[in-house]
Amino acid sequence: MFNNLSDKLNNIFTALKKRGALKEEDVTAAMREIRIALLEADVALPVVKEFIDTVKEKAIGQEVVDSVTPAQMVVKIVHDQLVAILGAESSELNLKVTPPAVILMAGLQGSGKTTSSAKLAKFLKDKQKKKVMMASLDVYRPAAQEQLKILGASIDVETLSIVDGQKPLDITKRALKEAKLSGMDVLILDTAGRLHVDDALMDELIAVHKLSKPAETLLVADAMTGQDAVNVAKSFHERLTLTGTILTRVDGDARGGAALSMRQVTGCPIKFAGMGEKVDQFEIFHPDRIAGRILGMGDIVGLVEKAAEAADEKEAAKLQKKIQRGNFDLGDMESQLNQMLNMGGMGGIMKMMPGMGNMQEKLLGAGIDDKAIKRQIAIIRSMTPKERKFYKLLNASRKRRIAAGAGVPVQDINRLIKQYEGMHKMMKKMKKLGKKGMLRGGLEGLFS
Amino acid sequence: MAGWFNKLKNGLKKSSDKLTDSVTQVFTHKKLDDQTLDSLEEVLITADLGVSVASQIVDQLRDERFGKEISNDEILTFLAQKISEILDPVAHKLKIDTTKKPYVVLMVGVNGSGKTTTVAKMAKQWTDEGLKVSIAACDTFRAAAVEQLEVWGRRLDVPVFKKELGADAAGLAYESYDKARKNQDDVLLIDTAGRLQNNTDLMNELVKIVRVLRKHDADLPHACLLVLDATVGQNAHSQVETFSKMVDVTGLILTKLDGTAKGGVVVSLADKFKLPIHAIGVGESAEDLQPFTAKDFAKGLVLKNE
Repeated sequence: MFNNLSDKLNNIFTALKKRGALKEEDVTAAMREIRIALLEADVALPVVKEFIDTVKEKAIGQEVVDSVTPAQMVVKIVHDQLVAILGAESSELNLKVTPPAVILMAGLQGSGKTTSSAKLAKFLKDKQKKKVMMASLDVYRPAAQEQLKILGASIDVETLSIVDGQKPLDITKRALKEAKLSGMDVLILDTAGRLHVDDALMDELIAVHKLSKPAETLLVADAMTGQDAVNVAKSFHERLTLTGTILTRVDGDARGGAALSMRQVTGCPIKFAGMGEKVDQFEIFHPDRIAGRILGMGDIVGLVEKAAEAADEKEAAKLQKKIQRGNFDLGDMESQLNQMLNMGGMGGIMKMMPGMGNMQEKLLGAGIDDKAIKRQIAIIRSMTPKERKFYKLLNASRKRRIAAGAGVPVQDINRLIKQYEGMHKMMKKMKKLGKKGMLRGGLEGLFS
Repeated sequence: MAGWFNKLKNGLKKSSDKLTDSVTQVFTHKKLDDQTLDSLEEVLITADLGVSVASQIVDQLRDERFGKEISNDEILTFLAQKISEILDPVAHKLKIDTTKKPYVVLMVGVNGSGKTTTVAKMAKQWTDEGLKVSIAACDTFRAAAVEQLEVWGRRLDVPVFKKELGADAAGLAYESYDKARKNQDDVLLIDTAGRLQNNTDLMNELVKIVRVLRKHDADLPHACLLVLDATVGQNAHSQVETFSKMVDVTGLILTKLDGTAKGGVVVSLADKFKLPIHAIGVGESAEDLQPFTAKDFAKGLVLKNE
């Protein structure tokens, strides 16, 4: 539904004959769509209203630049305002206190506190060379303390020993003492999940906060949270004075409107984003990326960065040379396919591309998914190096052998060869067009 | 029954206070006009009903009462009734077929939705009803997920089948069925690891669990329950859609209804997917699993607390 925001706006604006400045009635019509879009992205209603008012004021009277459509212009104004509210740039942790700097993790049940604690510990240990200790104050959920201990062991971060029956406040005292004695830079306190309306548990959390005087008090919140995000963030902020938020499950397909709601009501920056189940899938939060997602416009920056990470630079340079010379072989295709998988597979790539959200369904319908990519890799790996270089060698008996080796029907081999030929042809075309031509044709061109 | 209704009502109090307050604010004037209807739609959206269902309900109100005098009480009754009409067809308790030994219930859902706690609650409920229950701890991914279930197993005196961290979940499910059948258990509850619905690899692992279970019997699992966190927003639609597509979800369980967010998303889910809602979670202890009742739920959501 969301991917159509730009389309919807386009429809509104095609009614406009005259270009020039954006008029009030057009902007009002556009804002109706923006409002629905934001609500469907789970941005809380009061936040949506305030947002619309601000954007409307900014948009009315704006000159529409020649090369863009009025719809694009409005989307840009909306996008910029989203980024402005989310915080123009990412915000670092403030750990400049007498060590150990305490980080208190709080949030609802199941928001991802324990996993985030371990991820944060690993992040501080690896990227900032900090000596980190973790302690679980969760005496309610069965085996919660065990969970943190196991995670700690897996990332080689110390956890406070578990003493059965000890109360959260006593554990806090012991953790503070222990962290100080063993010369820790940072102490991460993982707390039990609690409802913001549960007074007894909130009082307990306040007591822990008072006792540990955290340098950072972070609310851990699920990117899938609905309208309630404002209530949750507000209550936690009022009681604890938060210093930031960790947004979890950003790797899901939720639009993440909760991020905007929470940012707006607490005024605290979102500092990190949880991007997966593994302890290293943790990133500094980039406001501009989530802004694009809330609007359903994709995350181009994220895509580019992921591509840079996935691609071994030397390999990429080598590949580019080959493409330029026009001798892209099946072995190169294999490394490209591998790269695609490293970038989070088809789903991951498509989601990040603006306007390509719909493509994913189409590709899946055509049987192009991660499994298909893996199968293609298997096929190429079943070929001899010579065959990979000179695909024309592939006669019927070779194809049968490869099919048996990869565990696929012979038709799949033919399909792969066809696809390779298509790619090969396209690369020749690209060579002719040069860089500029490729940009003009755009990604759609590559997939058609 | 009175006990649980109070509990639900107390749980819902905060949110219905909010909703009722907003409705009252909307109706400072008595004639039903466009502005009022718009604000009313917003009120429903704030409760996570979603834009389309909210406007659908408001349109009905417009058709019936536009331009006429209407009181706050009338509007609340109208809302409750409309919501209840949507929810009523999906409010079913899960019926265990005791001729199947075991009746297999597969629990699925995203991370942190409350699967493991719900498994424990269901085990407790069915044990209390006199059924013989066992649990397969097939979340072999999350650290200490197995230990969490073992603690519950000891508390409830229910056997928990397990394997080491990282073991093949499908294999464990397969073996657990064997054991449960040998023990002549009435119910086998299979807990699985949380997974986001857009993670194709993890979803395929779930499909594998079902595929392997069906080597025993093509009817397995007898029930596949998607556990949804009530705080979730519109992404619940994507969850229900994808999980249903991959593993034939037969029903929903809504957890964490004791907070301030609830109700709304269920209404739009019921409207769209028609999947039965078997139970709701209203707390962290084993007895905090309650049947889902459309009327009470709708009432609790929109009506003032008496």
